[in-house]
Order: sequence, then structure tokens, then C-alpha cells
Amino acid sequence: MLRPDLEIISDWISTGSRVLDLGCGDGTLLAHLIEHQAVSGYGLEIQDENISQCLRKGLNVLQINLDEGLADFNNNSFDYVVMTQTLQAVSYPDQLLDEMLRVGHEVIVTFPNFGHWRSRMHIALQGRMPLSDALPHAWYNTPNIRLCTLNDFEALCSKKSITIVQRTVVNHAHRSTVAMRWLPNFFGEIALYRLRSS
Amino acid sequence: MPNAFPADSVGIVKPNIARFDQPLRLECGNTLPSYQLVYETYGSLNSHRDNAILICHALSSDHHAAGYHHSQEQKPGWWESCIGPGKPIDTNKFFVVCSNNIGGCKGSTGPVSLNPATNQPYGPDFPFVTVKDWVKTQAQLADKLGIDCWQAVIGGSLGGMQAMQWAIDYPERLKHCFIIAAAPRLSAQNIAFNEIARRAIITDPDFYDGHYYSHNTEPARGLMLARMLGHITYLSDDAMLAKFGRELKKDRYQFSYDVEFEVESYLRYQGEKFVGQFDANTYLLMTRALDYFDPAHDYNDDLSAALSMTTARFHIISFTSDWRFSPARSREIVKALLDNNRDVSYAEISANQGHDAFLMNIPHYMDVFRANMAQLEPSDVPYVAA
Repeated sequence: MLRPDLEIISDWISTGSRVLDLGCGDGTLLAHLIEHQAVSGYGLEIQDENISQCLRKGLNVLQINLDEGLADFNNNSFDYVVMTQTLQAVSYPDQLLDEMLRVGHEVIVTFPNFGHWRSRMHIALQGRMPLSDALPHAWYNTPNIRLCTLNDFEALCSKKSITIVQRTVVNHAHRSTVAMRWLPNFFGEIALYRLRSS
Repeated sequence: MPNAFPADSVGIVKPNIARFDQPLRLECGNTLPSYQLVYETYGSLNSHRDNAILICHALSSDHHAAGYHHSQEQKPGWWESCIGPGKPIDTNKFFVVCSNNIGGCKGSTGPVSLNPATNQPYGPDFPFVTVKDWVKTQAQLADKLGIDCWQAVIGGSLGGMQAMQWAIDYPERLKHCFIIAAAPRLSAQNIAFNEIARRAIITDPDFYDGHYYSHNTEPARGLMLARMLGHITYLSDDAMLAKFGRELKKDRYQFSYDVEFEVESYLRYQGEKFVGQFDANTYLLMTRALDYFDPAHDYNDDLSAALSMTTARFHIISFTSDWRFSPARSREIVKALLDNNRDVSYAEISANQGHDAFLMNIPHYMDVFRANMAQLEPSDVPYVAA
């Protein structure tokens, strides 16, 4: 059973396409896409354990640090460049977004929404940095160094003239509710975007 | 005494010799009238003959990649860490072949062999050999062994370069290509180190322009210096610090040029051990083969073009502290394969041992190696009588 957010992403990716998965983890999404949607492609990952797991799944995985950019990849060499739950952990998310749009025809990106009401309450009432299922780390050891809200992200897209093709928000169980559709930046815990260059 | 060896060793092994009586045209333009390869095999070939793996050796190693030649042998083959029953290159599943390259000094035709034209050792008249030549001879060995297609060709360092050349020259004859701790060609710095090694040998008064055999001597000092220099490039600064630091041989400075520091003792020991085990003319040839290796050269220096006809699945591995062939050099290969849309995986192993790390039992390296090897799909395992 695929994680629901990965299920949503799979629906966005057409059969037989070429996919680059940035921060591909243990390769679950890529392996699923290859098996069920006949995609081809590569995964980039930094963690040792994940590299071995990807290799055991037979994937083309490359141990490359995303902070180095995507210099090894040519312009428009992929139909989709996907990055799930990693944008907030890279040093230069804005530059990486440019790189993703350079390499891929379409970009799919997901990240935890820092504008979720529980995060806001945490700061407003406790005066502490939020802890949640989506953001479980303390401020001093979190890998999530570039947290943003939906509005922040969309402001960046607007500044860079990036077209938002589609947006979906879900909770940490990766379900969508009416409230989320009504006030996504308040009720959405995880944001999923399809982007293209204008 | 088969029980004297670890259970995951191939145990006692015996080298074989394959003779080739057809003339061998070399890249340098010269021809060897005939030649022989000494090689070892571990494990058994399956009925479909599709579980064979070729191991290519590096600068100073040879066909003895695993196991022991006799029960008293102190050290097993050079890649005992990776080859054996249950090891990453699992001899229960695969038929593993490793041959000594021509130009070598361990039994394959080389400078110490008799030149049939003169009945004297070839010495300095042995023609220059290249990685391409080696791969050609290995293909002839494969023909002789009845292996149409290797399940994998695997090599580290100069061996990795041979694996890469295999994928270029015989794309239909290998399924998987392992290029470990290698580079697509030497840098100026790499060539510079080789040049010093060669000058040390050639300027040794006992070199006699390569004809030292007839003077019953060898350029021992030159060869020793070459080896000492080589060893510095195989280790990282960190590895040397960890191994020797500034440890003294005695408890205080002796104010002499004898061995004062442990690192000097180590280098001298390695250098002296090499003399008598390795032929100086071979060392010259091997370093030149390294210098000349450059598959992109024939393609306007475009490595992507050089790799465009390859079909193998590539497994590239580098080591963080390797400054001889750094991870960036492996990334050049990865990039060229990506340009061609090839199946490729790349692992950068965190290790402080330097270039030599590729020979070592490093947990993540072994894990990655096993995971890569799990992608090999021979049709069946060999039948082994109980």
C-alpha cells in the first residue's frame, strides 16, 4: 500500500515518462512508478542506508548531495522532477527550484506547511517552535532548515514567474478534507504542487 | 589441510595458463607473435554459461585475486575481502575469472618472458600495452573459456578502467560493469606521480636501459622509490595520521637520516618488499598504460560520445578520501552515462583510507557491493556435487 501522498503524485505522473526523484529515500515512489507506470529514471539520495535499499530494489540511484545542484543533468532531460518532503531540508530551495525547472518539463514538490493552524497555535500560545507529526524535530537538530507556509511558497513562485499547475493539501495522514480546501494555508499540513516554467 | 582457511575463503587455488598462438596486434602498432595469460578461476560455470564474472586487476596486482596457493601462504589473494563463498562476489553463485595482464610479471607474457625472436627476455623491447590491448586479450580468454557474455566485469582503480573499456569495446559481452575508485583518464597530477616513479627506475644505475636481467641485477633503488611514492598516493592524509602520526621508531630523535619516524619505516618496508616481487620493466609499462588510458580521446574528448554504444548496467563506486581518483572523477563517468540515458548507480563511500579503501572490508561499501550484486541475474546457480 503506497503512502497516500505518493499515491497522489503517482496520479500526476503519466505512464512511460521519465522521472528524476530528488531525495528519493528508500526508493518506494520510484519503484512503484517503474512497476505500475513503466516510467524510467533516476533517484538522488544522500543517506547510506537508503542507497543500499534503493539498489536492492534495482533502482538507478545516485549518491549525490542536492545542495550541489543538478549540474550532472541536461536541460529538459526529464518529464518530471519530483521532490517529496525535501525542499525544506536543502540549503538553497530557490536555486534548486530553478534547477528542477531547468531539468524537468514539470516539477512536483511536496513540503510540510508551516502555516498550519497547529504550528501557529504553538508559537502563539506556547511561544515555542512547533512540534508535530509532520515536523517532529527540535529547533536545534532539525534537518528542516527552510520551513515555509503555502503563502510563502506561492509568493516565491510568483516572484520567479513559476506557473502552479495544480495544488493539493493533505493532513499528516495524507487525507484531504473540506476545511483544507477552504483554508489550505490554515488547515493543510502537507502541500503538494505541480509546477512549470512560464 | 582444507580446514586451515576461513569458511568464506575459496581456499587452495591453482593458476591456469592459456596460450594464444595467433599474433596479437597491439594499439601501439607492434605485434606479439604469440602470448599467454595466467589466470585463476573460483566457483563453477553454470549450464547456461551466464554466471561468469571477470575481475580486472590494478597496477601492481595480478591474477591471484582470492584464496591461497598453498596451505602455508601467509596472505590470500588481493581481493579476498570481496571474493569467496557468501562474500559480495559470491563464488557459490558465480564463476569468477581473474587473469594477469600482458606486460605483467606474474606469468602472463611480459618483459621477463622470452622473446621468441631472440630467445632472450623481452626486457625493454616488450611493446607498449594499453588498457584496450588488455581487454582484447581478456576477450580472447573468454572465447577460450566458452564465455560469450560476462554477467559482470568488475575492477578497481586501473581495473575499473578495464571494466569501462570492456563496456565500450564489447558492449554485447557484459551485462554489468563495476567501475570502482577509478577515473575516465588520468589528470596531469596523476601522470606527474607516474613520471617520478618512472624516472626513479630509469635513472637507477642498475637499470641498464632495461637490460638489467643480463647484468644479473635489477634497479632495486628505483623500484623501491617508485613503490614508496605509489603508497603515499594510495593512502589519505587522515589514514597516515591514524596509522603513524609522528610516531618515532626510538623514544627520541637520533639526528640521523636513518628511519626516525614510523611512516618512514612503513614506506621503506613496502618499497623493499616490492623489490624481488615485481619487475621494473613491468612497472614502467603499467604506469604508461595508465597514462595512455583515455577512451574519450578518440571522440573529440567527449566521454559521453565514447560511452554512447554501451549497453551494460553500470555500478560506479568512489571513496570520499581517495585523492588519487577522487569522487569527482567517478562523477565524470556518471555524468557521461546520464547523458546517454544509461542504467547507472553511484555510491560515494565515506571512508578515510584513501584510494586503498576499495580493497578493504568497509561495512557500507560491502553492503552497497552486495546490493549491486543482487541485481545480477544469472539463469541458474552452478550445480555443485555434494
